[in-house]
Amino acid sequence: MSRRLLLAGALGLTLGLTGCATTPPGDVARGDPWERMNRQTFAFNEAVDAAAIKPAAQLYRALVPGLVRQGVGNVFGNIGDAWTTVNLFLQAKPAAGLNMGMRTLVNSLLGVGGVFDVAEEAGLDRFTSEDLGQTFGFWGIQSGPYLVLPLLGPSTLRDTAARALEVNDSPVGRVWHEPRDRNPAQALQLLDTRANLLGASRVFDEVALDKYVLMRDAFLSRRRSLIYDGEPPEDGANSPLPFKKALGPAR
Amino acid sequence: MQRRTWLAALAATTLLAASPLLRAEALAADAFVKQVSADVIDAVKADKAIQAGDVGKIRALVDAKVMPHVNFQRMTASAVGPQWRGATPEQQKRMLVEFQTLMVNTYSGALTQVKDQAVVVKPLRAAADQTELVVRSEVRGKGDPIQLDYRLEKAGDGWKIYDVNVGGFWLVEAYKGQFAKDLSAGGLDALITRLAEKNKSLAQAKN
Repeated sequence: MSRRLLLAGALGLTLGLTGCATTPPGDVARGDPWERMNRQTFAFNEAVDAAAIKPAAQLYRALVPGLVRQGVGNVFGNIGDAWTTVNLFLQAKPAAGLNMGMRTLVNSLLGVGGVFDVAEEAGLDRFTSEDLGQTFGFWGIQSGPYLVLPLLGPSTLRDTAARALEVNDSPVGRVWHEPRDRNPAQALQLLDTRANLLGASRVFDEVALDKYVLMRDAFLSRRRSLIYDGEPPEDGANSPLPFKKALGPAR
Repeated sequence: MQRRTWLAALAATTLLAASPLLRAEALAADAFVKQVSADVIDAVKADKAIQAGDVGKIRALVDAKVMPHVNFQRMTASAVGPQWRGATPEQQKRMLVEFQTLMVNTYSGALTQVKDQAVVVKPLRAAADQTELVVRSEVRGKGDPIQLDYRLEKAGDGWKIYDVNVGGFWLVEAYKGQFAKDLSAGGLDALITRLAEKNKSLAQAKN
């Protein structure tokens, strides 16, 4: 694990250094140097989604009772919360980390492994979702170029590197260690996510003039916003690095 | 008689004391956002036809409760960018019409997703004399909260919305990206034609 982390660190550092030449710190990379390749992957993803994933999600929604789907979503949510907790500590946000850790603990123990979101009723709501890509971004590593991954969709070079680490080291990888367990778990998670997005994706399809561009812009803006905890600075050129903004004397 | 003057005096002082409060309420940007979003959500919750996606009714709702509070001219101008100033009044008018139709469609689509949500407006962090500011809010319901922020400008005694942020993505920024290709390839006329086609196909799909 530590060797992989080191590798990712080195990769991230290189990204950060090369990124500095073209984009101001803390800003997303504008422009899309890999657009040609990305558009091909995007077209592939769209075709797979239309032919298999979306119908499967619709079927899942039609056949599986709402309460069961809610439970499935809660379990994945709980695992995500555990990973959020780790990342909050990695981002030197101990208060938020403790809060999220408490939420995870309550749901794991009292909510039967996260099937029931009892913490929500107790006022411990999910106020944020953090992943390793955000943690890298928080410490000033640039996103690198936009990258569309087969099946997984929008990402960036940085987030892809982070994701490669997460496969084994995140709670999902820890809970389902063997690939033969992990793959069905991830398929179910994909189904759960897609089923939740059925309504939103229809709106998205309807209003887009160029869906590829809309998804790219939305993804990059959202990631930048998340890294700044919802309040990214307006002027890209002079924006402070996220960790300086969060830990600086202003707060 | 004496009692009546006493009552009148009391009424007058109460009014005097209350009037600055009333004024302040009319001017507070976060209260404005709270009121508009509560209005819309209540209207959606009260009407099954809207929840089922009745386009005519949603349009009427958006026209009545949302559009009066939006500086649509400004939104369109910034989404189009530099070419807006060079456009003829006639082009601008057509662009406003088509863009507004698309926006109402966008908004209507989003509104059909409203079920058991509530909007929580976050405390305002802005100086009292600011003429442009951001009000942050959150849509809470089943699942994760969705960030919903507004850029507001002062308009007389009240406020007008000139941009909306959904989950970290500003609407004007979104449309800027969508418009860029047509604008650089064929100018504003090409864009207007594209939008008109889009709106037409959306209208057909729904009828």
